[in-house]
Amino acid sequence: MAKIGDRAARARWSPGVTPYAEMGYYNPDYVPRDSDVLCAFRLVPQDGVDAVEAAAAVAGESSTATWTVVWTDRLTTFERYQAKCYHVESVPGTDQHIAYIAYDLDLFEEGSIANLTSSIIGNVFGFKALKSLRLEDMRIPPHYAKTFQGPAHGIVMEREYLNKFGRPLLGATVKPKLGLSARNYGRVVYEALRGGLDFTKDDENINSQPFMRWRDRFLYCMEAVNRGVAESGEIKGHYLNVTAGTMEDMYERAEFAKELGSVIVMIDLTIGYTAIQSMAKWARRNGVILHLHRAGHGTYTRQKTHGVSFRVIAKWMRLAGVDHIHAGTVVGKLEGDPNAVRGYYRTLRENLVSADPTLGLYFDQDWASLPGTMPVASGGIHAAQMPQLLHHLGEDVILQFGGGTIGHPDGIAAGATANRVAVEAVIQARNEGKDYLAEGPEILDRAARWSPALRKAIDLWKDVTFDFTSTDVPDAVAVPVPV
Amino acid sequence: MRLTQGTFSFLPDLDDSEISAQVQYCLDHGWPVSIEHTDDPHPRNVYWEMWGTPMFDLRDPAGVLAELAACRKTFPGRYIKIIGYDRAYHRQTTALSFLVQRPSHEPGFRLERQESDDRRVRYTLHSYASEKPHGSRYGESNGSAPRG
Repeated sequence: MAKIGDRAARARWSPGVTPYAEMGYYNPDYVPRDSDVLCAFRLVPQDGVDAVEAAAAVAGESSTATWTVVWTDRLTTFERYQAKCYHVESVPGTDQHIAYIAYDLDLFEEGSIANLTSSIIGNVFGFKALKSLRLEDMRIPPHYAKTFQGPAHGIVMEREYLNKFGRPLLGATVKPKLGLSARNYGRVVYEALRGGLDFTKDDENINSQPFMRWRDRFLYCMEAVNRGVAESGEIKGHYLNVTAGTMEDMYERAEFAKELGSVIVMIDLTIGYTAIQSMAKWARRNGVILHLHRAGHGTYTRQKTHGVSFRVIAKWMRLAGVDHIHAGTVVGKLEGDPNAVRGYYRTLRENLVSADPTLGLYFDQDWASLPGTMPVASGGIHAAQMPQLLHHLGEDVILQFGGGTIGHPDGIAAGATANRVAVEAVIQARNEGKDYLAEGPEILDRAARWSPALRKAIDLWKDVTFDFTSTDVPDAVAVPVPV
Repeated sequence: MRLTQGTFSFLPDLDDSEISAQVQYCLDHGWPVSIEHTDDPHPRNVYWEMWGTPMFDLRDPAGVLAELAACRKTFPGRYIKIIGYDRAYHRQTTALSFLVQRPSHEPGFRLERQESDDRRVRYTLHSYASEKPHGSRYGESNGSAPRG
């Protein structure tokens, strides 16, 4: 007479389709190892599909499983390679569930974002049994983090290199983003830098177009940068975007930027994870800071129930090795709930990041001394918002005022000066112990008495706000505890 | 020109009570404060002269201001900066750095261009003040400052 165990084993391996949960991809008793990669997925099952089975299917399809039983599994230590969904919880008031899945470290190639993402988001997002699926967060264990280079320089090295401490750095994206000749483009760079900004920036889609070829842009921009340095005695830079159609082209452009003495080059997220990692290695090898524009991310990060959260993209990019990444402004024109953005900033900057549901952080994250990536706030911000920007984003951030510099009535240099005066005045007040958020308007007003540039900026933009409801906010809300 | 290195160079020069408030901010964070001075303000001159070692055990801004007064008296024509240093793990770097004295006349920098092939230019920054030897710039008579 067959034992029960044998019967169960036979059922597990009988040809045909077996529920994923029964194949070992759901195990509520599994205790994740310290070295496991952990994921939190937000999933909405199709009507009639059990949430646990849907979660197990995600675990299965992002690790070893296929749609039917295969005997070749039995040639492997499959228990180890199977991802395990160890917890499923429903999101109150919705049809959504959060599934926690653990992946053994052996499933991933060392130091490869491409491999990590091909596993975790490779197939499952088109799975028919799900209405939608979103990767909310990942815990990258130190064992895996240590196989990546990480930021080519990081926040500390960048500040020491630039000799700029104690305040946010300031930048501006050259506008109009398309159409300027190289000579006119360099004029904007020069005016903005001599006016007081630390950086200017190519936009994501400035690469090498008929109206301005890359080599001409690089030459004029470096003339502008060096003039700005000479007039201030400060180190300044322009993010020369080296994004191109092939790695060979990108290396050629980056080498030329380095040869001209640029402290920084820039790439777009659209070049792909492997290209980003290659450029990060180039950047460390050549002592050039690497800026990343997150071009395209909104297509998959913005919707709450489908895609990949930006906090996950932020983790991948810190591993991949960029020194800068755009991460939201809270107050500007682009999507960004304050708490979610705070979570992104922590993820990028800190060494130990604690789980915090109110910030959308599902896991503790130990970066094991991987340098921090400098977050960049860009898009619809201006000098009058400086107190709020400092409050939401802190000090280790690059504040980029494109229109808020170039649109100043007295010219680009005056716009740059207004931003620099504003940031220094607010930092001074904060350090003096003032409530710089509540007293923000008075602090700026006092500085504007001796700074006509700031006066005009405030008068022009003080009422400009972008107050729309965010599409992506954390589920948990901090409830004030009565005292 | 006005050298705009440091955290507060776009504000009017800080007076002593404002300097004291910034020092207090550093001390409140446990950041030891130090004083450095130079007559070579080139942006890539990393190593300014140290006015003693960082004041690790000092708790009162008045002590820093007294050291600053002594430094100013010895080097009335030099750039002087105050630095707050954060030794916290994952930082271990300067947290705040601002100028507290600048020479009365700041001649600035000349941008030298070495023209190369294919329209390339090699840029070098030349400080007018450094045309004179160290110790004789910015109106200082000679290099006789005490070296301790």
